[in-house]
Amino acid sequence: MDKKIKQLLAKLINESNKWLPAFILIVILLFIWQIICILASIPKWLLPMPTDILIELYQHWDLLLKHSFVTLYEIVIGFSFSIITGLIIGGFIAYSKTLEKSLYPIIISSQTIPIIAIAPILLVWFGYGLLPKVLVVGLIAFFPIAVNTIDGLKTIDEDIINMMKTLGASKSQIFKKIQIPNSLPSIFTGLRIGMASSVIGAVISEWVGSSEGLGYLMIRSKPQFLTERVFAAIFLLSVIGLLLFLFVNYCEKKIVYWKTTSNL
Amino acid sequence: MDPIINIKNLTKSFFDILTNDYTVILNDIDFYINEGEIVSLIGPSGCGKSTLLNIISGLEDPDRGEIAITNIDVDNRLGELSYMQQKDLLLPWKTVLGNSILGLEILNKDKSLSEQKALALMDTFGLKGYENYFPNQISGGMRQRASFLRTILTDKKILLLDEPFSSLDSITRLQMQQWLLELWRKFNKTILLVTHDIDEAIFLSDRIYVMKSHLSTSINVIKVDLRRPRNREVVLEQSFLNIKKQILPMLGNEYG
Repeated sequence: MDKKIKQLLAKLINESNKWLPAFILIVILLFIWQIICILASIPKWLLPMPTDILIELYQHWDLLLKHSFVTLYEIVIGFSFSIITGLIIGGFIAYSKTLEKSLYPIIISSQTIPIIAIAPILLVWFGYGLLPKVLVVGLIAFFPIAVNTIDGLKTIDEDIINMMKTLGASKSQIFKKIQIPNSLPSIFTGLRIGMASSVIGAVISEWVGSSEGLGYLMIRSKPQFLTERVFAAIFLLSVIGLLLFLFVNYCEKKIVYWKTTSNL
Repeated sequence: MDPIINIKNLTKSFFDILTNDYTVILNDIDFYINEGEIVSLIGPSGCGKSTLLNIISGLEDPDRGEIAITNIDVDNRLGELSYMQQKDLLLPWKTVLGNSILGLEILNKDKSLSEQKALALMDTFGLKGYENYFPNQISGGMRQRASFLRTILTDKKILLLDEPFSSLDSITRLQMQQWLLELWRKFNKTILLVTHDIDEAIFLSDRIYVMKSHLSTSINVIKVDLRRPRNREVVLEQSFLNIKKQILPMLGNEYG
């Protein structure tokens, strides 16, 4: 029992060692921010103090939480959508030369179209509801996921393919037993990039037209000079991003387990 | 007795981007291996040893020439011979046990039976106690043995080994050579081994094919008349040195 507590304590110290420097730096920066605001007596509507933002978070917690959940919902649905389509289309392109030649150039060139430019059109077509947001998030996160999936499936040691062939493996066996597990680290890189951009996608689509969500709250609060509310919304957006990022990392550790086993 | 592998007039060339022309790698090669033999293929790098092995295994096809392998349809030989490459090529996401049964897995054999087979051999392969380790947790020699176990478990009569020990340090390499001889006795295999280590070739083989650079047609064969079973002391004997003296001039300048 005593040993267990010691182990837990050691783990806690180890974890906090990872986070502590960044945490201290943030506290120092917030402190400087606060001091500058006080000394230069900057008006609240121009730059609120960190304490103003905290108070705003506390006072309007219900409102902020409600809109956070809307945005989180859009991100989760849109991101899931992009994972499914990114993996499937990426998989098909990596498996078939014909699809690679026909589909891949289109996907690449589609990236030259700024998603922000498409968002108003999606709004015209699909209205103010959830669908256009999910589509924007999905479109923006799809590309990094698909490209990294294709990359991971195709970047493979030729010798391993030959080894599999000499063991009598078929093309589909090589795909299933080698290419798929081999692609997982790369897929998770794509997921992390897609994750970050899907938060951006959700906010942009809410700016373009919506009646709820953190992006909507920001657009509404700005003309009312509720700058501290805009900051509170930004803070909550970064919390959402961070939580989802940690979730992706956690999944990676579980799924790509062999990357974490250390050398002896 | 008919040879188990018989190759006649084998020719292979590759397209060379630099010279914009075909370069002949193997020119009119004749070659055979008897059942139960260990035969080495030795020569400077770039002489086509690995190409010859790739062709025998079925990964590549020759431009011209005949290949005959006992009880194997030559057109479908890929997957019928065991081929172990220079690198261990273990899959990082599988344990030692999982890697060793990969060949059986591909043949859709029953998993628990395959595992039993593999576990029974762990001791012979010096992997006992490491069954559930991942490749990046074990030493280079162990990885090579795990790769060997994967090759052996597919239970093919002919083993093609492409410089299997070249990535190991010299002490481990000596141990592995001795171990290979024990394995060969135990499992009754025919082995074709590519190497550029003359001592290794003499120590292991019944016969040695010596290849020169790819421009040369000739492939010389040397019979190794050393008694079996062999141990390490054999490398100090006069007969061993005589064979070495025979081989050195055949290799040309590159071994100077």
